[in-house]
Amino acid sequence: MAEAAAHHDEHHEHPNYVRIWAILLVLLIISVLGPMLEIRVVTLLTAFGIAVVKAYMVAKNFMHLNIEPRYVVYLMATMLVFMLLFFAGVAPDVMRFEGDNWVKPMQSTAAPGTLGHPDFVPHGEAGGEHH
Amino acid sequence: MSSAARPIANLRSATGIPTGRLAVWWVVASEIVIFGGILASYIMFRLAHDAWTVQAANTNTTIGAINTFVLLTSSLFAVLGHANAVDGNGKRAAFFLRLTALGGAIFIAIKSYEWYTEISHGFTITSNTFWSFYYTAAGLHALHVIAGAVILLLIARDAAKNLELHRVELIGIYWHFVDIVWIFLFPLLYIAK
Repeated sequence: MAEAAAHHDEHHEHPNYVRIWAILLVLLIISVLGPMLEIRVVTLLTAFGIAVVKAYMVAKNFMHLNIEPRYVVYLMATMLVFMLLFFAGVAPDVMRFEGDNWVKPMQSTAAPGTLGHPDFVPHGEAGGEHH
Repeated sequence: MSSAARPIANLRSATGIPTGRLAVWWVVASEIVIFGGILASYIMFRLAHDAWTVQAANTNTTIGAINTFVLLTSSLFAVLGHANAVDGNGKRAAFFLRLTALGGAIFIAIKSYEWYTEISHGFTITSNTFWSFYYTAAGLHALHVIAGAVILLLIARDAAKNLELHRVELIGIYWHFVDIVWIFLFPLLYIAK
């Protein structure tokens, strides 16, 4: 009961949670209908743009992140930055199939018989043959 | 339990918020890295492999949308439970927490049906990398839903007796985070085709 009383002092009126939920449902409907137009920009905006808006609304209104001390927000933001760092560090390795002196044979578009083709067998010393 | 018998850690708030709430925020922070890593990896592979579009076309958008509706509604119940806990109405808070857990159970039931259908059509976790990501990301999320539902029921049991009402908010923060993860999984796995 003591906690409840303490909480009561912090918040005098509750936001209209049902209204926020209704807005989230409208956004959900838009995020499903938008991509049906099959326009790339519209898909990105309605599917992923709206996902960001929905997440923001849940974090702000349901998790009450907006009334937490600033360092809690910074903590969450730091983790998101870590995620971006991970993406930036790994993406070049994952998303490229060939570069300077390296190829990913299984994904390469190299012609048969050339370096990078999945069936390419190197000859000579580079291929491990010694005379 | 009276506040006098409670461990000191539960009463301390040197950081400006109760220690329990800070702990949940740390849990959420670590979960951001876990799910963020999976989602970032998925996005990398998806952008690099156009062929994944063919595989993604086999996921069921209707079921994904229904599950999004279920989780958003369960989040509403969780925050209504919190509002009632703030007002000191433990019985009503417990009622909403149980509705939230029911939402989690419905989510898992729908997901089970969805997976059963997909697996029976030959789409398994070893089919190819897309389906590996699909089952790993959605499966890890489903485990979080199950764990959350169990904790919701445990907290509801105490809340119904007007005990430990501060925990209603703590499980609420976790549950809303699980909802946010699904908000991003839905477009990535079901809409982008």
